[in-house]
Amino acid sequence: MRARVYTLVALLAASLVLVSLARGQSPVGIVRPASERGLGLRELGSQLFAGNCSTCHGIAGRGVYPPNAQQGTGNVRGLGPPLVGVGAQATDFYLRTGYMPLERADEQPSRHRVLFTEHEIRALVAYVASLHGGPPIPHPVPSAGRLSEGLQVFTQNCAGCHQVVAQGGVVTGAKVPSLTPATTTQIAEAVRIGPYLMPQFSAKQISPRELDSLIAYVKRSQHPDDRGGWGIGNIGPVPEGMVTWLIAAVALVATCMAIGERAKR
Amino acid sequence: MSRLPKWLIALLTLALWRRGKAEGSEQEDGDGRIVPEGSADRRAESWVIALLFAAALCAAGFVVVYAADGLGNRTQLFGIALAVCFALIAVALIIVARHLIVTEHLEEDYPEPGGDPEEQEAVAEVIRESGSRFTRKKLLLAAGGTAAGAVSAAAAAPVLSLGPLLDTSRLQETPWHRGRGLVDDSGRALLADDIETETFYTAYPEGATEEEKDQIGAPLVVVRLDPSALRLPPERARWAPGGILAFSKICTHASCAVALYRKPLYAPTEPRPALVCPCHYSTFDPATGGQVIFGPAGRPLPQLPLTVDGGLLRAGGPFSAGVGPGWWGVRRKRSI
Repeated sequence: MRARVYTLVALLAASLVLVSLARGQSPVGIVRPASERGLGLRELGSQLFAGNCSTCHGIAGRGVYPPNAQQGTGNVRGLGPPLVGVGAQATDFYLRTGYMPLERADEQPSRHRVLFTEHEIRALVAYVASLHGGPPIPHPVPSAGRLSEGLQVFTQNCAGCHQVVAQGGVVTGAKVPSLTPATTTQIAEAVRIGPYLMPQFSAKQISPRELDSLIAYVKRSQHPDDRGGWGIGNIGPVPEGMVTWLIAAVALVATCMAIGERAKR
Repeated sequence: MSRLPKWLIALLTLALWRRGKAEGSEQEDGDGRIVPEGSADRRAESWVIALLFAAALCAAGFVVVYAADGLGNRTQLFGIALAVCFALIAVALIIVARHLIVTEHLEEDYPEPGGDPEEQEAVAEVIRESGSRFTRKKLLLAAGGTAAGAVSAAAAAPVLSLGPLLDTSRLQETPWHRGRGLVDDSGRALLADDIETETFYTAYPEGATEEEKDQIGAPLVVVRLDPSALRLPPERARWAPGGILAFSKICTHASCAVALYRKPLYAPTEPRPALVCPCHYSTFDPATGGQVIFGPAGRPLPQLPLTVDGGLLRAGGPFSAGVGPGWWGVRRKRSI
C-alpha cells in the first residue's frame, strides 16, 4: 500500500516537472535566434522570417507554388503567396491579428493569440517592408470621419458579408470574421489589403476620408447604444428564430402540458 | 359629507343580504350536490398563498425599480420583475387547478350513428314545407349561383397582382441598351482603366432617374478578372473587354442584391473568385459568365456585354437573359 502511494507521488512530481519544462519553452512552433540581443531590427526580422515564414512564403518572400511545395518547419507543407511588395501594412495586420503563422497552409487565417513579441513584430515588419517596399502602416483618424457617411460606405461595400452590425457571418467557402476585436489600424489595413477572400479597396474606391468615416462606424458598432434586451449575437432573424422555436416553443408546450391533463380511461 | 354614511349603509346591507342568500342556497341544496365533495389540501393551499405573496413582492419590486432613479439596465429589471411575477401567478393558478378545484371525469356516450329516422324525416319535411312561398325556384337558384360566382371571382381577382400571365414583355424591360454608359452610385462615369481586379463595383445606367435606378434591371455588379482566366461561352467572347465583366446585381433566386464578392489572395489554397448572394448563398462564377456553382439559384446571373468607348465603359447590348427572380417563361425569352 505504502509503495503505491510513493509511486503516485513520484509520478505526480514528474508530471509537474514536465509541465513546468513545457511552459518554459517558447510558444508552439515559433523558432527564435539563440539570442535576440545585439541583432539589428532587420537582421532579427530576417532570421525570424527564415525560421517561421519561409516554409510557405519562400526565400526572401518570393512565394511557394504547388510544384515546389515541401515539408518544412513543424511538418508544415509549404504553400504561400509571395510577399514582395506587400509592405509593412499587410505584415503588421497579419502578425498583430494572430492570422499568421498558420498551422496548415490551406486553412483560413483567423484571429489567434499573437505568438511574436512586440519587438519581434517590429523586426518582421521592417524586414518584409525592406523586401520591395510597399505601403506603410496606415494611420487613420476616425474622429475626423462622419458616422452617417461611414454607415453608407459600410452598407455598400462591407455589410454584404460582415452584416450591418459588423458581427460577421459566412460566405460560401469561408467564415466572415466579426469586427468586434478589430482595432482602428487593423480595419484600415484590412480594407486596403483584403485578407483571404475579402476584396481589397483602393483609395480610388474608398477615399482616405471615407475610410475614416467607415472606421468611425465600425468602432461605433463595437459599442452600440443598445437599450434592447438580449442581443443574441445581433446577426438578425436567424438567432431570433432559433430562440423562438427552440426555447419559446418548448416552454409553451411544457406549460400547456402542465396546465392541461388528458382524461385517463 | 352626508354621502359617506349613506354609502356605508348601502354596503352593509348588501353584505348582509348576500350572506343571507348564500346560507339560504346551501340549505336548499342539501345533499343533492352537483360536484362531489373533495378533501382539503392544506399543503397546496399554503403553496398557493406563498406564491401569490411572492408575486406581490415582485410586482412591488417593479414599482421600486420604477421609482428608484439611477439604476442601470432598468428595462431589463422591469422585464425580470414582471416576468417572475407572472410566472409565480401562473404556477399558483396551475396548483389551484390541479390540487384545489374539485374535478371529476364523466363519460358521455356518443349518439348512435344515423340517428332517429323519424326525426330525420321530420327535418326534411320542415325544409320542404318552408319553401312553399317560392314560385320561381329556378330563377332564384340562378340568381343565387350568379351571386356566389361573382363573390368567388372578386376574392380570386387579387391573384392577378402576382404578375402578368400572358404579356410578360414588361418584365423583360431593363434600362440597358447598346451604348448606355455605366456610372457609379454618385453618377460618375466608370473608366475601364480604373476598374481593378481583386474588388467589385456597383454600377447604374448613365443619366438614370432615381425611379429608373430602383428598377430591378438597373443595378450592375462589375468585376475584373485576368482575361486568361475567363471561360466564357464562345458567343460572349467579346463581352468582357480587358477582362471586365458586368452582371445584373439582382440574384436570380429571390432577387436580393448580390452584395458579396469573394476573391482569393492566393489561388492554390483558396476558393476561386465568385459572386455570392447574402440571402441564401447562391454562388455565381464570373469567369464562366455567371454560372451557378452553389446554392438555390436556378439559372445563371444575367451578363451584360460591355464595350470600351474612349476609356468609358458602355453597355454593348441587352442582358444575356431576363433579370430578377424566375417567372412564367423566364427561360424562353431574352431581355429587350
